[in-house]
Amino acid sequence: MGYGNKTAARWFTLVCVSEESLPSESFEQLAMPHFERLYNFACWLTHDRQEAEDLVQETYAKALKGFPSFQPDTNFRAWIYKILRNTFLTSRTGLKATSTVQLDLEDEEEILPAVEETPESILLQHSDGQLVQQALEQLPVAYREILLLCEVEEMSYQEISATLSIPMGTVMSRLSRARKALRDGLRPQFQKG
Amino acid sequence: MVCESWKAKLDTYLDGELPEQEMRTFDAHVRNCPSCSADALARVQMKRAIQTSGRRFTPNANFRRRIQQSIAPKPQRSLRLGWMFATAAAVILVMGALTSIYVGSRSGRDLAYRDHVFSEIADLHVATLASSSPVDVISTDRHTVKPWFQGKIPFAFNLPELQNSGFSLLGGRMTYLDQTPGAHLIYDVRKHHISVFVFQERSLSLSLKFPASLDGNSLSPNKLPFNLETWSQGGLRYFVIGDASAADIDSLAKLFKAAS
Repeated sequence: MGYGNKTAARWFTLVCVSEESLPSESFEQLAMPHFERLYNFACWLTHDRQEAEDLVQETYAKALKGFPSFQPDTNFRAWIYKILRNTFLTSRTGLKATSTVQLDLEDEEEILPAVEETPESILLQHSDGQLVQQALEQLPVAYREILLLCEVEEMSYQEISATLSIPMGTVMSRLSRARKALRDGLRPQFQKG
Repeated sequence: MVCESWKAKLDTYLDGELPEQEMRTFDAHVRNCPSCSADALARVQMKRAIQTSGRRFTPNANFRRRIQQSIAPKPQRSLRLGWMFATAAAVILVMGALTSIYVGSRSGRDLAYRDHVFSEIADLHVATLASSSPVDVISTDRHTVKPWFQGKIPFAFNLPELQNSGFSLLGGRMTYLDQTPGAHLIYDVRKHHISVFVFQERSLSLSLKFPASLDGNSLSPNKLPFNLETWSQGGLRYFVIGDASAADIDSLAKLFKAAS
């Protein structure tokens, strides 16, 4: 008995699916896989879980609203991270965090190696990660975010360039500086240890 | 500083961002240069330390749910679209109902026809066994029985070899089903008589009424105190029926299938 109804139901499902394949449906599929990482990144930027939740919530709301203008053949991850970062930069915490950092000359300087000696690396193997966390927290936000995007999010230079809206050359030089700053921050800790 | 030009690019190398050719050159250099390899090792360890320390904060399930709810697609269809779907749904339901009635009545007719055929087959089986001369050709030799049908029925078929099978051939006779001639063979197994009927399928138009799902399965048609198996092979429709066990019916059917 059910054959006719089954066919009809299938056709109806197809009609419904085509209706649901509007941007909002695709947005959920694209955006939710990044949720945990975005939250982690937001926590690192804000240093406050409640603020990070607000930041993530606002990011998703803005991204959903702007999704119709998202180009499907471009990088969604870079796009949503960029929204989060821009939202953070215009927040009170973001403005406060960035106002104290001067990075104007970074593009003009030669990229130097971040590491000259290796003893710290041996110590790193034995540390519990706490020291690295503290050193990351102490970094200026511009260094912290680029290190997180590169090492934690494993973004390519191109993705970082798109996320931070900076040229590739700046990505490389800022990364190099950020690494050096982190090691400089770690050095006294190791000496203490 | 040792290898200064190499070390300037060491981070880019470890990030996998150098052009392919340069990556290969770098690989070769790092393998052979103790200073650069030690430096590379230190930087890799730093990268790993940042990676581990950087994955620090995990959102709670409530927050995740809240976000998911906030971005879940909402049914915001326009009134016009709503009417379109309502109309489509109504049309589909009517179509579905009509199709069901049609399919239902057609499958009902097929079912009734199958029951009629099973009933006829059972009647032929019982009537033949009740007869004082159930078979027209009395022989246990398949090489005698098979040629007997030549010129009497418009098709040929094979009879199985029965050695060590427990079955014995009693003989055969001509029969008719729906005005179509066919062969009726009678076998014996542990004092049970089993009839095997063979008809040309196209003459009976049975193929449409007997779905393939029935083929090869032991059946116990309604109201019939017999086991029955039917299948189609080489354009012929076979029926094996008797009061023997379903296993015996199936064994004989298998012998026929193997012989055809």
